[in-house]
Amino acid sequence: MTEVIWLVIALPLLGAVFLHFFGRYMREPWSGWLASGAIASSFVVALIAAIPFFQGGESGSTVLLWEWMPAIGANLEMLWDPLAAFMTLIVTGVGALIHVFAIGYMHGDERIPRFFTYLNLFAASMLILVLAGNYAMLFLGWELVGLSSYLLIGFWFVRPSAASAAKKAFIVNRIGDFGFLIALMLVFTAFGTLSYTGVFERAGAELTTGLATAIALLIFVGAAGKSAQIPLYVWLPDAMEGPTPVSALIHAATMVTAGIYLIARSAAIFELSPIAQTIVATIGVLTALWAATIAVSQRDIKRVLAYSTISQLGYMVLAVGTTAYVAGLFHLMTHAFFKALLFLGAGSVIHAMNGEQDMGKMGGLFKKMPVTGIMMAIATAAITGIPPFAGFWSKDEILASVFERGGWFSVLWIVGLVTAVITGFYMMRLFMLVFFGKSQWDENVDPHESPRVMTVPLIFLAALVTFGGLINTPLRLTLESFLEPSFELISLQHPPENVWTLVVLALLSVLAGAAGIFAAWLLYRRPAEDWQRFEVGLQPIWGWWEDAYGVDDLYGRTLVAPGKKAATAAAFGFDVPVIDGAVNGVGRVVRGIGAWARPLQTGYVRNYGALLLGGAVVVVIWLVAGGV
Amino acid sequence: MLSWLIVLPVIAAASVAFAPRRLKELHLPLGIALSVLPLALAGYIFWVFEPVAGYQFVQEAVWYEPWGISWSLGIDGISMPMVLLTTILVPIALAASTSITRRTKEFVVYVLLLEAGMIGVFLALDVFLFFVFFEAILIPMYFIIGIWGSDRRVYAAMKFFIFTAFGSALLLAGIIALAVTHAEQFGSPSFALSDLMDVQLSIGAERWLFAAFALAFAIKVPLFPVHTWLPDAHTEAPTAGSVLLAAVLLKLGTYGLLRFNLSLFPEASVDAAWIMGILAVVGIIYGAVVAIVQPDLKRLVAYSSVSHLGFIVLGTFALTSGGLQGAVIQNVNHGLITGALFLLVGMIYERRHTKQISEFGGLQKVMPIFAGFFLFMVFASIGLPGLSGFVGEFLILIGSYATLPILTIIAAAGVVLAAIYLLWAYERVFTGVPDKEENKLLSDLSIREISLLAPLAILILVIGLYPNVLLDKIAPSTEAVLDRIESQTEFVIPEPGRLGDVFIAGDNE
Repeated sequence: MTEVIWLVIALPLLGAVFLHFFGRYMREPWSGWLASGAIASSFVVALIAAIPFFQGGESGSTVLLWEWMPAIGANLEMLWDPLAAFMTLIVTGVGALIHVFAIGYMHGDERIPRFFTYLNLFAASMLILVLAGNYAMLFLGWELVGLSSYLLIGFWFVRPSAASAAKKAFIVNRIGDFGFLIALMLVFTAFGTLSYTGVFERAGAELTTGLATAIALLIFVGAAGKSAQIPLYVWLPDAMEGPTPVSALIHAATMVTAGIYLIARSAAIFELSPIAQTIVATIGVLTALWAATIAVSQRDIKRVLAYSTISQLGYMVLAVGTTAYVAGLFHLMTHAFFKALLFLGAGSVIHAMNGEQDMGKMGGLFKKMPVTGIMMAIATAAITGIPPFAGFWSKDEILASVFERGGWFSVLWIVGLVTAVITGFYMMRLFMLVFFGKSQWDENVDPHESPRVMTVPLIFLAALVTFGGLINTPLRLTLESFLEPSFELISLQHPPENVWTLVVLALLSVLAGAAGIFAAWLLYRRPAEDWQRFEVGLQPIWGWWEDAYGVDDLYGRTLVAPGKKAATAAAFGFDVPVIDGAVNGVGRVVRGIGAWARPLQTGYVRNYGALLLGGAVVVVIWLVAGGV
Repeated sequence: MLSWLIVLPVIAAASVAFAPRRLKELHLPLGIALSVLPLALAGYIFWVFEPVAGYQFVQEAVWYEPWGISWSLGIDGISMPMVLLTTILVPIALAASTSITRRTKEFVVYVLLLEAGMIGVFLALDVFLFFVFFEAILIPMYFIIGIWGSDRRVYAAMKFFIFTAFGSALLLAGIIALAVTHAEQFGSPSFALSDLMDVQLSIGAERWLFAAFALAFAIKVPLFPVHTWLPDAHTEAPTAGSVLLAAVLLKLGTYGLLRFNLSLFPEASVDAAWIMGILAVVGIIYGAVVAIVQPDLKRLVAYSSVSHLGFIVLGTFALTSGGLQGAVIQNVNHGLITGALFLLVGMIYERRHTKQISEFGGLQKVMPIFAGFFLFMVFASIGLPGLSGFVGEFLILIGSYATLPILTIIAAAGVVLAAIYLLWAYERVFTGVPDKEENKLLSDLSIREISLLAPLAILILVIGLYPNVLLDKIAPSTEAVLDRIESQTEFVIPEPGRLGDVFIAGDNE
């Protein structure tokens, strides 16, 4: 099956191409079903092709598609190994559910075929990224993901905020790419190739710590763009401007996972640099804490989830920085499940509320939409780390591994634990505000449960969220042995061996989440006036949080505005008056000489002649002077 | 056969010139139809072109024996893509000129003569012949800008002419000096490129001549700080003029640097590589920064050219396989992409008679197909992988690091800036609600307009995904250039991978 692995990419890509040209001739739901079918078929192909990995022992193989840029050792080649298979199954599996959900969600939009074109393109791009066999092809997928996110975030382009958010996402990601590109220059110059196998096999023997650190950190700059880490996370909350299924796709299955994947894929380079590992892990946990505090105070349901994504990505970055790659990827998977569920649940709520996203105007929805409510409850339990839901197992494995590494990482572990408390709080706050308490709906809103095409994907996801964590428990490390062949050369960080230590750590992380949940429950079960008084009472801190610490404003004042000013100065204060003025001045002088040399003639030919003459004179003088 | 490539457009021009005056509407279609002939011939040459080093289809005839001037033509992997590009764009540029109703016949004649000149430049193996074509191009272009341009056309045409003529004077002086030196060393003057490569120059002389050639070509490219003629020329020129100017005429500069400076003055090229690199990188950043705030779409695209051409010069003087291959293929890519962008700006100009960004807004709603093509070209220009612009830029960036590390890192920032100026412009022109009355009733692209853009889009996609259609044929020729530099100088082309040892040695000791 490995030979036809290109089908995994080709199916959604063909779907996108077909819909682009012929989608407009299809009746409404069919374009959606076609796109869903394409991505679901990809899932099936990937599943069959992954059978050897499930059986174990197989380490993967490279499939060359065709030559691309041979001069820099970059071809279109695919690496089908357990890590690629793992990512592919998540992208196609969760992606397919989101596609189906979108059929219901986008119902009535006049550009539905275009929407599914982009959705399929997004999935195909992400698959190119994870199936690439070298950094150049990864970069192809990487940038196509950027393109598709641009198209989807800006899908409702008549809204200026959407158009601007799309642009921001692409540009901020490009800043990350700048670092990534430099990393690739170093890799190519050092190894003469960009292919994974070529680089990783020789990295251990040939890379010095200094160079490895440089490459690793530059790769991380790229990863920080896509996976929304400090300081490049600012694009992600704005990306909520896209339709909700897009948010689900970006946050759960595609795009934001790309950076985590990139670091995991480059493990052989990070392996050589403990400094880089420490920096990455520290930024990860700081991002987790930073974004969690912002999430606490948001009123917009999607923005809470957006900041929670940044926070959870921080956990994943913490994990891969600690070299607990399996734990990080495990959390990537469980997060894909529960965050997709949360976003689709939120989408279902927003759909029911006629587009309302302010949680202050919701409340009491549980009775109106029980299916969505139960799904959201499951997802909330998962993200806050309540066993047996998926998030518990993966988050616990991350924190335990970080604890086991010790030293500076013990500090990171404490921060991670504190973040877990905050996570419990903001998620419970969301849940209470939306589903319980008195209804605060606007008059014209009549909430209703969403149609089957939307709830069925939710139920699928809920099942994954409930049982998905069981694939990697301390009792049975299925995922670990599955991924093992991809990390042969790496010494993975594991949780402590001692059973009692494990149990205590698990208890601590459950307690942390539970404490946050309990606090939020105490506060938000009370009437609105009470909790509003509490929130106001926390000023000015609450205000900073609500304002996301004013980072956007800070960037605006320190980077964007001065940048624009500098550009204006360069264009109108320098280019036209100074440079152009100077050459025009030279031109006048030359014209003067021309007039002097050929006073009888008029017109431009005169200047030309003068110049030729002048040139010839220079040559003659030079030859006479014996210059040659 | 190569002579036909030059003669066919001349015959075409003559046929149009002698076409009956009363069949006025037929002059343009006739020109378009005839301009397909050189394209067909170039296509055939591309088809049978062998992927080996050295010139193919060489033709030689003595022109003026006493001075050693000959009509000598040949094509290799560096010139072949440029000839192909030229012949592809001329029919498209002509077909985009239906709005030219005044003195149509002359216009078609000038464009076809321009084509003959451009092809001649790329094919000439005799430096004097090269110079003749190089100069000949100026005249039709001068008239195209000066007669069919917009308001400040005379100023722009004059500026274009004076700048280029200034460079030409230096170039001619340099060429004569070379030929005279050849006469001193071998007994007879010669202008043949292959002969001049044998001339032994003192390092001082070599540097002076390098500078003369480099300045002449730098004006064409244009490199900072001699770029200011470009925005004016582009803004004032009619669409066809802008397209050919950006796509082909600027490439005379990058082509000249690669063909003549590297081959004739290897020692000086190695020595001056960092200077050219600095100028290139300044151009990349400066052009991009200035592009951000341009209020006029055409000026914005013009400054983006300054930025993009900087990449080509950087790749050229990096003197590595990746850099040089990237430079050659980027010549083509920039021609296709920027050519298409100018076509698009021309199409909106024909509808609204303005190019001011602030006059637009929300166009995606009223002209979705136009918006789609524009966005495609925007991303191609940004260097989105999968489209051709990426192939060139990526080859150049990855390839140049080995010899010009710091400059290449700075150049990579241009990739971020390109996204800023292009996407911001797109946002202002296309997104939001169309709020101006004039914009609400605009008609989307016609079939004719789509058929002009579609071939370019397809080529951009094909080269982006399968650049070997060109790279295969380019690589042997660029390798030959590098081999010669290695054999003539002490410069060692770094072999990536081996440099790993260099890094390690440096780190451990």
